[in-house]
Amino acid sequence: MSASTSTGTSTGSSPEPSPNSGPIVGLPPALDEELAERPAARTERRFAGDGRYRRRRAVAKGVLWTLLAALSALFLYPFVWLVAASLKPRGEVFDNRLIPNTILPGNYAEVWNQLPLFSWILNSIVIALLAAALVSISSSLVAFGFAYFRFPGRGILFGLVLATMMLPGAVTMVPQYLIWKNLGLLGTILPLFAANLFGSAFYIFLQRQFFLGLPKELFEAARLDGASYFGLFRRIALPLSIPSFVIIFLFEFQASWNNLQGALIYLNAGSVDGFTVPLGIAYAMTTFSPSNGGQGDYQYVMVASVIVTIPMLLLFAFGQRYFIEGVATQARKG
Amino acid sequence: MSQARATHTPVSEIRVKKYNRREAIAGYLFISPWIIGFLVFTAGAMGYSLVISLSDYNLATGDISPTGIDNYAGLFEDPKVGLSLANTLFYAVLAVPFEIVFALLLAFVLNRVGRGAGFFRTVFYLPRMTPTVATASMFLLLLNGNTGAINQFLAVFGIEGPQWLIDPDWVKPSIVLMTLWGVAGTMVIFLAALKNVPVELYEVAALDGAGPVRQFFSITVPMISGAIFFNIIVLTIAALQVFDQAYLLFWRDQTNASPESSLFYGVYLFQQAFRQFDFGFAAAMAWLLFVIILLITLVQVKMSNRFVYYEGDNR
Repeated sequence: MSASTSTGTSTGSSPEPSPNSGPIVGLPPALDEELAERPAARTERRFAGDGRYRRRRAVAKGVLWTLLAALSALFLYPFVWLVAASLKPRGEVFDNRLIPNTILPGNYAEVWNQLPLFSWILNSIVIALLAAALVSISSSLVAFGFAYFRFPGRGILFGLVLATMMLPGAVTMVPQYLIWKNLGLLGTILPLFAANLFGSAFYIFLQRQFFLGLPKELFEAARLDGASYFGLFRRIALPLSIPSFVIIFLFEFQASWNNLQGALIYLNAGSVDGFTVPLGIAYAMTTFSPSNGGQGDYQYVMVASVIVTIPMLLLFAFGQRYFIEGVATQARKG
Repeated sequence: MSQARATHTPVSEIRVKKYNRREAIAGYLFISPWIIGFLVFTAGAMGYSLVISLSDYNLATGDISPTGIDNYAGLFEDPKVGLSLANTLFYAVLAVPFEIVFALLLAFVLNRVGRGAGFFRTVFYLPRMTPTVATASMFLLLLNGNTGAINQFLAVFGIEGPQWLIDPDWVKPSIVLMTLWGVAGTMVIFLAALKNVPVELYEVAALDGAGPVRQFFSITVPMISGAIFFNIIVLTIAALQVFDQAYLLFWRDQTNASPESSLFYGVYLFQQAFRQFDFGFAAAMAWLLFVIILLITLVQVKMSNRFVYYEGDNR
């Protein structure tokens, strides 16, 4: 058993397509349905007609569902705990009760007076929308350039796009700050989204894969009808690539909503009202901390945490399959 | 992809004739946003960073005075560079295996469920949607050594939990715990790989009398080795750059006397750049990190070429 990992290379070929060769970001065969159907079919086929497996199967099922229940409890507990803590009075926040002794829905009204939360959310929404819109449009344009046109150096340039994915953010963090400083744009929100005007490597890769999967005949027919190159992009490529466009938009929106380091670098010196959600809550964690000189009303940090998580959960409720498909695609770029 | 390649392979002698000038210009126009961005924010920034790392940057005046390799020499004189690097490497070695095993377990269980898998996948994925600040603000309390829920839970089994956020030895496990809660991204990649393992292999193995454990190590692991290595590489790179969690739990408050074992490379780099405004030193630190990440990734890729089973191609 121990040597088995290295024997993998000799396992032989299989009739199934490899993850690399399949149509990328096809979306239509929704992962949800696949998840529900395939493993079930697999189990049935495997055990069909073989009676001696039946008991072992029942035991396995019991173990499986116990494990699932335990894992689900583990994953859901912090959410329940957070919502409970957000409803508690100051003195009870730390008591870990999932049903508060004293329930204070008023925390949700008072938090807006305690923290400029509305302003933080507004700033974050503006930045996230701009970041997501800019990067999805620019990445699509660039991806179409790489997918449809032939020009000298295309292979090398695309290789360069992929190479930038490997570059750690730390290397460009300081010089980018100085670039914005030299442009006199420190203290504005521009550094938090403006670079998205130029596309982003992973998203370019994602959209290019999608464009390459579109039938060439569509474009040829449109060319014969006199469509311009930009027309091909706007009228054919872009409308057909909505699924991967949505993936990019959602991913970037989430990334921007989460961007603590950028906000620390570019907004921390400004007024508290100008903070974004991550920077604001980090600030609130310190101000309302029960130790280290904080004033101790930590329940407001809990309320704020609930409130800023809700938009992300809504995003997931509407775009779950896009998120899942987007993450699954990351592994196929190799 | 194959179509595009086929049209792209012509040898250099016919290249001049092969490209349509109008088409080529249009192509360059379409990719021009990326070219500009690359020249300014990637290549330009890297060049700028190299210059700064060899200089003393005066923030007030914006003057750059060359100092040679002083900043790089300084990396070896400042004990905190070595300390934060050791902390970070230790964290990566601790976090990555836990993440891989836990994500694989979740994916494996989900893959077995059949009906209802979608529901549980959603449950496992929710933490990933939670903003890191919200996660940190919760875990700050959950991990509290005296009143935290985690230690209260351990106490039920008679285990006295550690002072997660204070005891230097438990700082890194604290961050690992937080990271594991949001491990669903890795899980989804494993899940996609597991679904690509042909059922026939298991059927044949079962006929040959291989039990579930044997099947897992002889079929599943080799068949998803590509995904395993991809995740190891990506998670390692992420772990070496860990910042958000460490900052939020330990370095948010500048007066806070946090244990030195929570000083990660990313945090110290950030402090040098944006608290001390020693940009030259920070840039040198960034280049050192870049080289380390590059080396580690190269070693991992070399190893993956040996161990990973790539279906259908002979790399």
